[in-house]
Amino acid sequence: MMDKRSLLKHEAVKFIPFALLILALPMAFREGYLLNVFVFVGIHTLLAVALNLLLGYAGQISLGQAAFFGLGAYGSGILTATHGLNPWLAMVLVAAAVGVLAFLIGFPILKLKGHYLAMATLGFGIIVYIVFNEAVDVTGGPSGLSGIPNLAVGGITFDSDFKNYYLIWGITLLTILLSLNLVNSRIGRGLRAIHDSEVAARVMGVNVRLLKVQIFALSAVISSVAGSLYAYTMTFVSPTSFGFNFSVELVTMVIIGGLGSIYGSFLGAALLTLLPEFLRAFQDYDIVVYGFLLIFMTMYMPGGLVRGIPALVGRIAERIGIRKKVDA
Amino acid sequence: MHIADQISQYLLSGLSTGAIYALIGVGFAIIHNSTGIINFAQGEFVMLGGMLTLFFLTALKLPLLVSIILAIAVATLVGIAFERLAIRPMKNASPISLVIITIGGSILIRGIAMLIWGKDTHALPTFSGNDPIQLGEATILPQHLWIFAVTVIVIICSKLYFNYTISGKAMRACAYNSRAAGLVGIDVRRMVLFSFAISAAMGSMAGIIIAPLTMTSYDVGIMLGLKGFCAAIIGGMSSGLGTVFGGIILGVLESLGAGLLSSGYKDAIAFIILLIILLVRPQGLFKKGDTERV
Repeated sequence: MMDKRSLLKHEAVKFIPFALLILALPMAFREGYLLNVFVFVGIHTLLAVALNLLLGYAGQISLGQAAFFGLGAYGSGILTATHGLNPWLAMVLVAAAVGVLAFLIGFPILKLKGHYLAMATLGFGIIVYIVFNEAVDVTGGPSGLSGIPNLAVGGITFDSDFKNYYLIWGITLLTILLSLNLVNSRIGRGLRAIHDSEVAARVMGVNVRLLKVQIFALSAVISSVAGSLYAYTMTFVSPTSFGFNFSVELVTMVIIGGLGSIYGSFLGAALLTLLPEFLRAFQDYDIVVYGFLLIFMTMYMPGGLVRGIPALVGRIAERIGIRKKVDA
Repeated sequence: MHIADQISQYLLSGLSTGAIYALIGVGFAIIHNSTGIINFAQGEFVMLGGMLTLFFLTALKLPLLVSIILAIAVATLVGIAFERLAIRPMKNASPISLVIITIGGSILIRGIAMLIWGKDTHALPTFSGNDPIQLGEATILPQHLWIFAVTVIVIICSKLYFNYTISGKAMRACAYNSRAAGLVGIDVRRMVLFSFAISAAMGSMAGIIIAPLTMTSYDVGIMLGLKGFCAAIIGGMSSGLGTVFGGIILGVLESLGAGLLSSGYKDAIAFIILLIILLVRPQGLFKKGDTERV
């Protein structure tokens, strides 16, 4: 167990270079197309971190994350485009409402475990998706909702990739910082205890039921904020972005990066967002690749890339080391 | 048309989709009872049934019956391969890992189907013509009769298999307690493999008999699979009558809901029922003391 000071130092050593790298990135490719892609890496990182808190730390699966993302996007879109509310206010209101909703459904749903929890969250996600499609009067139905304003603060309107990059990554970095703080706190230890054994956690005085619901609600709130940011960046939303496939994509990001690793979530989000951009062919094969990656990673690299690559490098180094010894 | 006639029409079509959900649900139950796994890839076997039959029929120009038999055989082989390659190596995995593996398997199978057969929707020819049969004020297609007949036969066969054959009884033993089954000399791993083979075969049959009515494409497996799961949950994960009733209840409610309330929200009905049952009566609607498992 590290004491507080060295823990702080340990995290700072990783976070500060990471944040600086992220903040310096736009200098490398100013207004290009890649900058736009990296805006989405930011949104996906936010979503992956939110899911990772639930799946990686507390060990509770959710196949309905896209629903919270969608509720955030549609909520903000409807409040601003249809009702003319201030975008910031709309974002906060919607996040609060989604948090309350997640809290309320969390109590009954999180009583379920494993496969049944997966099915229940999946069912919730699909119901929300159907509502996005069918409540045409409110959501615009399958053709979507347009005319959503950009965020603005003072005289600055976030209407370009460059501005949106800093807006979204500012919020994402802040969320990463808060999440790191959370997982290193008493709550984080409680979550990991639930992951290992709910009974043991309860015996140790963790309020398992409440803590699970709280982390579910937190993850929903973060996803909702990501959804609002998505809506303000795109100024248009349609149901296809929030279906079951996207929920699975988010799970894939978390698994590839590494369960229970905040930076892993960034890695997974970045990989799954960048790959389709670099490999044109990938777009036709994407679901095959996702399926393969899910199986492969779970079977052979359950710690994700964050732990898998160092382990692999270590093993290779060991091999080489042994060989050197033999040579000598 | 009078409202009563309409309702009897909805009931009839609900019964036939319900029969399909029941077949898929029984597949879920068989795997669940022998392994504790909810196989998220179950719907893909349904898709494979329809798509493979179509492939043998149109691309290889085989007769319908031969195509159907080949399609069931290939889907069963896929089920066996899936168990051997992805499930068996994960013997002591956590439920979450298994959920993720079966989801991975599901989208992998779906993706490969998309690469091979494309994204188009296809119709399979009906087994014996399209002349509607008048049943009171409601009409019914010959294909509906095929659906009822196949479902009844499959359910009866599986009942006979589980109650009167050695391997069927061995599978039930594994469902009650796989450790104890292992101790009395039952090869549990083989029984798990069997359960995947049987439910893949059942799923593909469901996919074949429904394809002439609802069309088929690489992605029909998701919805059909989830609704089959809903049927199994209503039936308390029984591999017998419970799930059959579950499927019929779901099919009829969906059909009535679509006809009388709103067709757009039809698909939501299954998931609302699913959530209510999971949250209120996770043991299923019909549980009386001990559930019949497998």
